[in-house]
Amino acid sequence: MKIAVASGKGGTGKTTVSVTLYYFLNHFYNFKVQLVDCDVEEPNDAIFFSDAIKINERKVFQLIPKIDQEKCTFCRKCAEWCEFNAISIVKNLEFADVNNDLCHSCGACKIACDYGAIKEYEQLLGVISLYNTGIGNGLTEGKLQIGSAMQTSLIKQVKNSIVSSDEIIILDAPPGTSCPVVETVSDADFVILVSEPTPFGLYDLKLMVDLLIELKKPFGVIINKAGIGNNDLFNYLHSNNIEILGNIPFSREFAAIYATGEILKKIPEEFENTYRIIAEKLLAKTGML
Amino acid sequence: MKELTILSGKGGAGKTTIVAALASLAKNVVYCDNDVDASDLHLIFKPEVKEMYPFDSGSKAVIDTKNCNNCGLCSDYCRFDAIHPNSSGHYEVNPFQCEGCRLCERVCHAESITMIENKNNHWFIFETRFGTLVHAKMSPGEENSGKLVTQVRRKAKEIAKSINADYIINDGPPGIGCSAIASITGSGLILLVIEPTLSGLHDAVRLAELVDSFKIPVLAVINKFDINLEITVQVEKFLAEREIPLAGKIPYNTKMVESIVKGKTFIEFAPDDKTCKELELVWERISLNRN
Repeated sequence: MKIAVASGKGGTGKTTVSVTLYYFLNHFYNFKVQLVDCDVEEPNDAIFFSDAIKINERKVFQLIPKIDQEKCTFCRKCAEWCEFNAISIVKNLEFADVNNDLCHSCGACKIACDYGAIKEYEQLLGVISLYNTGIGNGLTEGKLQIGSAMQTSLIKQVKNSIVSSDEIIILDAPPGTSCPVVETVSDADFVILVSEPTPFGLYDLKLMVDLLIELKKPFGVIINKAGIGNNDLFNYLHSNNIEILGNIPFSREFAAIYATGEILKKIPEEFENTYRIIAEKLLAKTGML
Repeated sequence: MKELTILSGKGGAGKTTIVAALASLAKNVVYCDNDVDASDLHLIFKPEVKEMYPFDSGSKAVIDTKNCNNCGLCSDYCRFDAIHPNSSGHYEVNPFQCEGCRLCERVCHAESITMIENKNNHWFIFETRFGTLVHAKMSPGEENSGKLVTQVRRKAKEIAKSINADYIINDGPPGIGCSAIASITGSGLILLVIEPTLSGLHDAVRLAELVDSFKIPVLAVINKFDINLEITVQVEKFLAEREIPLAGKIPYNTKMVESIVKGKTFIEFAPDDKTCKELELVWERISLNRN
């Protein structure tokens, strides 16, 4: 069972919900749960497990072409095949170069070259770490190499590294609505959208709802920071028959605890009840209960 | 003309709210929403006139099952794991995985793969009470957000040059991936918006490292600084170590959200609130930056 947690807008509480659900699904129901941090640009889940021990760390790479100037005839075929404008060839100057930042590692240039002048080498894409958190099956985290623009490839590799024996996998998605989010939710059985009752929260949530409908993914919404903003989010969800899985009230005190990364050590009692209800709805929906 | 880009690493730190507040203070500016995935600035700017243009964001492969001999070569070559047999056994392209590299089309012996151009992404020129806002809207799930960022920025620059604007202000995306890189490239000044949480700090550290590689001057603002004063001290320490000047500390203020709900900038909504003074100071320090 894979459950993705996404939002569209950043800072609505994806990580808080992912981390807390992970904890409760293990604590209340004793599931073998694994948490997977797919926000590889800015992974924050590990911050909330200060006692966690890193048990494995693996570098992952992407393939980048390199043009052998000795073999290259500067025919430009590779540049023509490259849909991402990553290859520059100037015949007169006998110049051939690859712009790594634009390369999508599709491999087309290598196939295009009739002279065997293109070889690929591995460029560091990021690091995948596995932590023993003392909860369920731990935390897998992808961390993008700073400067890399290939976050979606790393998310793919993070997901491929997950052991399938886990009963429940929680995928903490990056913000936004484009390809990294699609990659995260692509094989999820259910998606939790975390929103906040503000115009920004609502606008970005609608984009995510459109995306999930297109992807044919079942989903429900958790309203975080309930009490701030206005009622437009509630009205939108009601009039579109979108299920509200739970309301988590805004609390400045909780925001201060969140700041220190100690949310699991100081869970307010009312949150425990809210999450228990959310967990039960989720398990019933996904047939785990 | 100076190009200022607002970034945060972590989402929800307050980039758009701060850009909106600055809009009430700055003059002769062209605005550009670089958060093309989930752009929100127009919700405050409320554009009056809109011009819409299509954005060429590449194409996606489609297999014509009539000619396809189901050899699976396309699937073998595809590095994006986008081609698999469907329930009836025919190879099919998952458009959400396809990056449009066309390798499958080129290797197919049966010539049964064609590319369909994506026409659902647009960029807009909005006329607003703060001047021109260049904005983009991607259809959800799209590729190439970095490319779209580059495109809206190019447009904003053209407009800024034609009206002789003093500033371009880019409301940036979260993260440090392709969209963030496309937002940083060529900027004259970066404003980091940091919230005083361990996550906010962690994300700002990674972003600062990325910006560093571009050798662009940076200023920082700590937003909601009184949410956790101990972490604010840690953030200040980090900024001092990196020699990033602090342009201001904005307190947590419930009127911030109220102003957004009303579709106003904070300064329009609460002109007498003392937080306005701090925001004015931030703008002053940005405009005095001579790096």
